[in-house]
Amino acid sequence: MGRYLLRRLLQLVPVFIGTTFLIYWLVWSVPGDPFAGKCGERPCPDSFVNMMTEKFKLDEPLIVQYGNYMQNLLQGDFGQNYGGREISDIIATSYPNTLKLALVALTIEAVIGLTAGVLTGLRRNGFLDNLVLVSTLFLIALPIFVIGFVAQWLLGVQWGIVKPTVSSEMRLSELIVPGFVLGSASMAYIARLARTSIAENRRADYVRTAIAKGLPMRRVVGVHLLRNSLIPVVTLLGTDLGALMGGAIVTEGIFQVNGIGRQVFRAIVTKESATVVSIVVVLVLVYLLMNLLVDLLYAALDPRIRYE
Amino acid sequence: MSEPSAASIVGTPPAQAPDEIGAPTNAGQPENARKEKPRGLLGDAWRDLRRKPLFWISATFILIFLLMTVFPSLFTSGDPENGDLQNSLVGPSSEAWFGYDFQGRDVFARVIYGARASIVVSLLSVVGVLLFGGAMGIVAGYRGGWVDALLSRIADIFFGLPFVLGAIVILTTFNGSGTSNSKAEIMALVSMSLVVLGWPVVMRLMRSSVLATKEADYIVAARALGASTGRIILKHLLPNCLAPLLVYGTILVGSYIGAEATLSFLGVGLKSPVVSWGIMINEAQNFLRVAPYLLFFPAAFLVAAVLSFVMLGEAVREALDPKLR
Amino acid sequence: MSDILVSEQSAAGASGRPSGRLLEVDDLRVEFRTRDGVAKVINGVTYHVDAGETLAVLGESGSGKSVTAQTIMGILDTPPGFVTGGQVRFHGKDMLAMPFEERRRIRGEGIAMIFQDALSALNPVFTVGFQIAEQFRVRRGMSRSDAKKRAIEMLDQVKIPNAKGRYSSYPHQFSGGMRQRAMIAMSLALDPEVLIADEPTTALDVTVQAQIMDLLAELQRERQMGLILITHDLGVVADVADRIAVMYAGRIVEEANVYDLYAKPAHPYTMGLINSIPRLDEKGQQLRTIKGLPPNLMNIPPGCPFNPRCPMAQPVCREKVPPLLQVGSGRASACHFAEELVNRD
Repeated sequence: MGRYLLRRLLQLVPVFIGTTFLIYWLVWSVPGDPFAGKCGERPCPDSFVNMMTEKFKLDEPLIVQYGNYMQNLLQGDFGQNYGGREISDIIATSYPNTLKLALVALTIEAVIGLTAGVLTGLRRNGFLDNLVLVSTLFLIALPIFVIGFVAQWLLGVQWGIVKPTVSSEMRLSELIVPGFVLGSASMAYIARLARTSIAENRRADYVRTAIAKGLPMRRVVGVHLLRNSLIPVVTLLGTDLGALMGGAIVTEGIFQVNGIGRQVFRAIVTKESATVVSIVVVLVLVYLLMNLLVDLLYAALDPRIRYE
Repeated sequence: MSEPSAASIVGTPPAQAPDEIGAPTNAGQPENARKEKPRGLLGDAWRDLRRKPLFWISATFILIFLLMTVFPSLFTSGDPENGDLQNSLVGPSSEAWFGYDFQGRDVFARVIYGARASIVVSLLSVVGVLLFGGAMGIVAGYRGGWVDALLSRIADIFFGLPFVLGAIVILTTFNGSGTSNSKAEIMALVSMSLVVLGWPVVMRLMRSSVLATKEADYIVAARALGASTGRIILKHLLPNCLAPLLVYGTILVGSYIGAEATLSFLGVGLKSPVVSWGIMINEAQNFLRVAPYLLFFPAAFLVAAVLSFVMLGEAVREALDPKLR
Repeated sequence: MSDILVSEQSAAGASGRPSGRLLEVDDLRVEFRTRDGVAKVINGVTYHVDAGETLAVLGESGSGKSVTAQTIMGILDTPPGFVTGGQVRFHGKDMLAMPFEERRRIRGEGIAMIFQDALSALNPVFTVGFQIAEQFRVRRGMSRSDAKKRAIEMLDQVKIPNAKGRYSSYPHQFSGGMRQRAMIAMSLALDPEVLIADEPTTALDVTVQAQIMDLLAELQRERQMGLILITHDLGVVADVADRIAVMYAGRIVEEANVYDLYAKPAHPYTMGLINSIPRLDEKGQQLRTIKGLPPNLMNIPPGCPFNPRCPMAQPVCREKVPPLLQVGSGRASACHFAEELVNRD
């Protein structure tokens, strides 16, 4: 087990380096002048450009800049952006908002997706089943910005049930609609996965055994069937947190949440490679670690799986 | 939405598979089943499909959209690119069914012409994803060892990138505000970025299929009989992995139409003067209160297109999966 | 052993009068409705078992022996399986007509079942001990620790070494034979009156098979249970069964005590089965088999279902279904020529 963990962590290293370098290189190649508009209306004086170039070692080759960045990163220093603001500060203000939104989305998708999936898996081909099948199809198929717009326009503008945008306080009540929009596609996947899983396991021999033991149906379903069927669903939920945070950009844009999406967008346009990379670094870390966690969770949930 | 997940793909290799490797991604299964004598799993699947209204509805829609892509002038005589400012924001009428946009362009004509960009980009991307990801998957699965390890890690790198974020970074680099790419170049760039971010899923799908079939008795037997690696891959491995890939591809066409629209909507994908649903929705944002029809029509077409492909893929998958019967 | 045998196939069947029998299956009919058509899987099966008695139900796969057992237990997959007629009486009461809760209480306590493949029949994510103790807790309301104690006792009774230690093992950590023992312990936990064993040894090694059969026979004697042993293996049956019911195409074709059945089968199908056992004294000869295949249950041939394969078939066999009738004392056969078969020398 310990060795497995070590091997997995070691495998993460090249992926981590590869991802960050890729992003660093891409942002570095974004055409345009990083100092455009930094000095008011006029182009920046040469002295300022030289000073900045010196400070951020911009005349060094890409690989050296990346090396420097990673070196600082390992010491926990994200560095500064061209405006002199600490990047860790940007992260500290924007990340919690995105995380909050993603967690709300995750909760909503887990509750609704699981309920729908379990109910339809137990009773297939009924009215509810067809309703869930059709609505999940829509949720999966529709681009998130369409869902977002429709929700915002209908609930926010036309009916006035909720405020169309999220305030800076990020109240939970404000996050429900954006959370639903963000988690909509995953919700549909969860519902469908749970439905198939339940439907497949329903006919399993051990379920028959449980019935033959004379257990009440509540226990047959609630203990024997659910425990087995939910293993893949739980793992999907686990990996989804990273995906939700990374996919929040569109939702954040529509509902004007001050999350990482806005920061990334701004940073790309102003060629702030360090900022973009830093934000992505944290995202990728969350994503990779969640995946690892899910694999471990899998072993905990299913005694047949042993890692060595 | 735009992040196609492998979770919905149930990989059930069919007992037999169509002979043509490069079959068209849309409706490839039933086409082949019709030509051959229906038998075995494919015959069953086709019999199943034929009875599903959902299949016929989505297939009809797809046909219409494909016609729109190739011959937009069949549907409209309007001009999608040039408008008369006098008509700015004039609502739907018998003259212009869907009204005019801010610049006085005929929305109906634009919606029809918009199909081309969306569908071409998504078809290109899907073909690219299937070919590239499939090839990588075959190599990784068949060669194994360090090749597999290397390719798998590279796939991890691209898989770890959040989809929208990755696309934004790639596209601002090559397609940013300062660039002056031609229409075709922009479309190729958008397709490329979708391929770059999408191939790991197909590679994993293919790799696991190959790993599963590689040790199957009939493959071992073929090898023992002296069949070359190339022949084994072409004649034995590929046909077995094809069905799940085609299903995935069909659904992916739908997802990528949505993804293209998302990127265009964000302002990093296709750009005017290209006509696309995503761009139209982007432009419509500002007139949501005065002219909601500007949002409604392109969105409706987009939704219909995405749904048709996803539904077709679903129908084919259900028909191919004996467990769901 | 009983004298009055089945033969109530027709009129008296559905009356439901109490007969003092422990478990009776009476003219049971089950069909599977699939999209390819309706398969008539059980076509009027009648058998019974009493306390302390072992009934072997013999038949090849597809003959309906397992489906009958599933119908008794109430674990038939519906759909596609539907009971279309007949009764299953436990202590004279028709289980098929009982409310769900009443029927549930019979499971485990009145009738218990062990399955062919213990690996898939045991829940993979719970420990073996938990799955046994669960019954004591849910059905008997015992405390966690009492239930555990009783479960360990059960594991001990089925001769699992180090029962206490194995309590917290998962099914996949057991060997095949141990798993089947655990399965037996589980089914006997609530002290059932009837135990149905559905091919309990098919998935096991030959040496382990004998051990499991011995264990079953021993437990059956100790507890004076009625045991229904479902098998396709004539060899397994010979030592333990009191009576044998032979099934073919969803019907009982012959029922007799073990001695009579082996000595003088009263149905050509039984005869074919017995003849196909390889014998040591006929070394070098070709194995005798029954020609042909079992009938397609969606399209059972008219008349006697065995007639296309029967070496003795006459025109009457293609027209009339032979009822299961008494031949001689204490045995019954569903063959038009049963009397001649029994009376030949």
